[in-house]
Amino acid sequence: MRDTFITALLAHARINKQVILVTGDLGFGVLDGFIKELPSQFINAGVAEQNMTGLSTGLALEGKNVFTYSIANFPILRCLEQIRNDVLYHSASVNIVSVGGGFSYGALGMSHHATEDIAILRALPGLRVFAPCDEQETVGLLAEMIASPSPTYLRLDKSKVEGDCGERFVPNRLRKMREGKHAVILGYGGIVAEALVAAEALSSDGIECAIYSTHTLKPFDAATLLLLASQYDTLVTVEEHVPIGGLASVAADIFLDAGLKPKRFARICLPDAFSSIVGSQEYLRKRHGLDASAIAAQVSKLMGN
Amino acid sequence: MIDTVDLARRIRRHAVEMTHLGKSSHVGSVLSMTDIIAVLYGCVMRFDPANTKWPDRDRFILSKGHAGAGIYAALAECGFFPIAKLRTHYQDGSDLSGHVSHKGVPGVELSTGSLGHGLPVAVGMAKAAQLNSTQYRVFCVLSDGECDAGSNWEAAMFASHHRLHSLTVIIDYNKIQSLGTVAETLALEPFADKWRSFGWDVREVDGHDHGQLKDALAPVKRTNDKPLCVIAHTIKGKGVSFMENSVLWHYRTPQGEEYQAACRELDVAGSDYA
Repeated sequence: MRDTFITALLAHARINKQVILVTGDLGFGVLDGFIKELPSQFINAGVAEQNMTGLSTGLALEGKNVFTYSIANFPILRCLEQIRNDVLYHSASVNIVSVGGGFSYGALGMSHHATEDIAILRALPGLRVFAPCDEQETVGLLAEMIASPSPTYLRLDKSKVEGDCGERFVPNRLRKMREGKHAVILGYGGIVAEALVAAEALSSDGIECAIYSTHTLKPFDAATLLLLASQYDTLVTVEEHVPIGGLASVAADIFLDAGLKPKRFARICLPDAFSSIVGSQEYLRKRHGLDASAIAAQVSKLMGN
Repeated sequence: MIDTVDLARRIRRHAVEMTHLGKSSHVGSVLSMTDIIAVLYGCVMRFDPANTKWPDRDRFILSKGHAGAGIYAALAECGFFPIAKLRTHYQDGSDLSGHVSHKGVPGVELSTGSLGHGLPVAVGMAKAAQLNSTQYRVFCVLSDGECDAGSNWEAAMFASHHRLHSLTVIIDYNKIQSLGTVAETLALEPFADKWRSFGWDVREVDGHDHGQLKDALAPVKRTNDKPLCVIAHTIKGKGVSFMENSVLWHYRTPQGEEYQAACRELDVAGSDYA
């Protein structure tokens, strides 16, 4: 999705000269095409995320549509106050792009595990929060960031849903990735691929799960969620994120506001803890009960099987 | 031509009145930088109060946002909004917050309050001027204490690396910060050398001498493409004798006899308050 994003950004930047890409000294080999073709629209701010975010605010206040780019927690946590006070309070057109959501960089250690980002950034007023599961969503969400230049956080996962499955991407709408009549599973990012595999396994046991990608976590498509809650007795959220403040919390908040209590509502997520154990994204998902077989087992158990 | 000495006196008097009415702190920080602000708004910066988004205007950012009362006073004196609005400062329902805010306040480019934010944004504005080949200047006033923040040094490196010569930083170097002196908190010296080593031109001036300030800040043709750092040696609380060089007046609000005494020192015949 990273390469897809950069290719699509370059295409937009060729036409829209206000687009500026600012990196925090990361993107080796990935940004070369952009730098070579549009050097005047590229800035390497160095290993200095606070200044990267502040200067991007200054550029945006002068009319630029800026994309800050780094990996995992670097473009969001060191400079969180710059995002809050500078970018958001001034409604500056700064889009924060983080490559490596969840355990994408699992083997690099806890510093590189981006597992609280959705909760932290969703709490900030005026920030859109996007997390695509495949290339179609990545391209579609980027188009939104170009067309409507308001502050955005884009979480790009290393893993993804391969190929072209599911409904066509529509902005601000939950996207159906699989039909199913017995239960509905919602997730964002590459873990949707695990949910799809889990659904196939459950299907062989006679449980048909619908899968929805929640690519836009803020603003959230509450209407579709409430419709799903009225159609299904079993609703499960899956996310590579701590339990606090993620997709499960989004759904619970919407149910609370609507006065609705789904019959069976469960979350599959990480524990409220750091992982000192390292490994590939695939390994860490399995270790923390987020892989396809664990998802299938949890849904099956929830449904009384 | 605006009399910058008179403008400075008026800003000081407003600051005492605003912090008295609002029972707010930081009057010493306002008085410290008042002459810098008066010279900038009185004869250095280009702006149009009737067109606050004029593309060629000079940009001003107050990074030491706690001295916001001074900027509000300067903007009101320059015609950005009615002087009467100053009396709402720090009051319930006001948009004139203690730390400077741009919302509902014409002329403020950036809201600040957490130290170390202003310079990176000023750097972005200067970088945009370079990219767009526009001619405006960007001014950013920093406190000395906030130079403890690493974000300023990230921005300082970026500004010189990118040759942002339209950028001028002015440091209100009153040598007092929140809990004591700068020297005993985190020594900044050799301060000018720090900025020079980061690739900046440096001028040191008496921050209360309008002639020196005008000379340092004048829009003369620069002989190189370095950003400019003006270290303005100032006195915290300048202009009210018992507030000068006192950390107490970072916090204390002028009330009662102290308020009366401050007014007597600042009021002159014919002014709004005398």
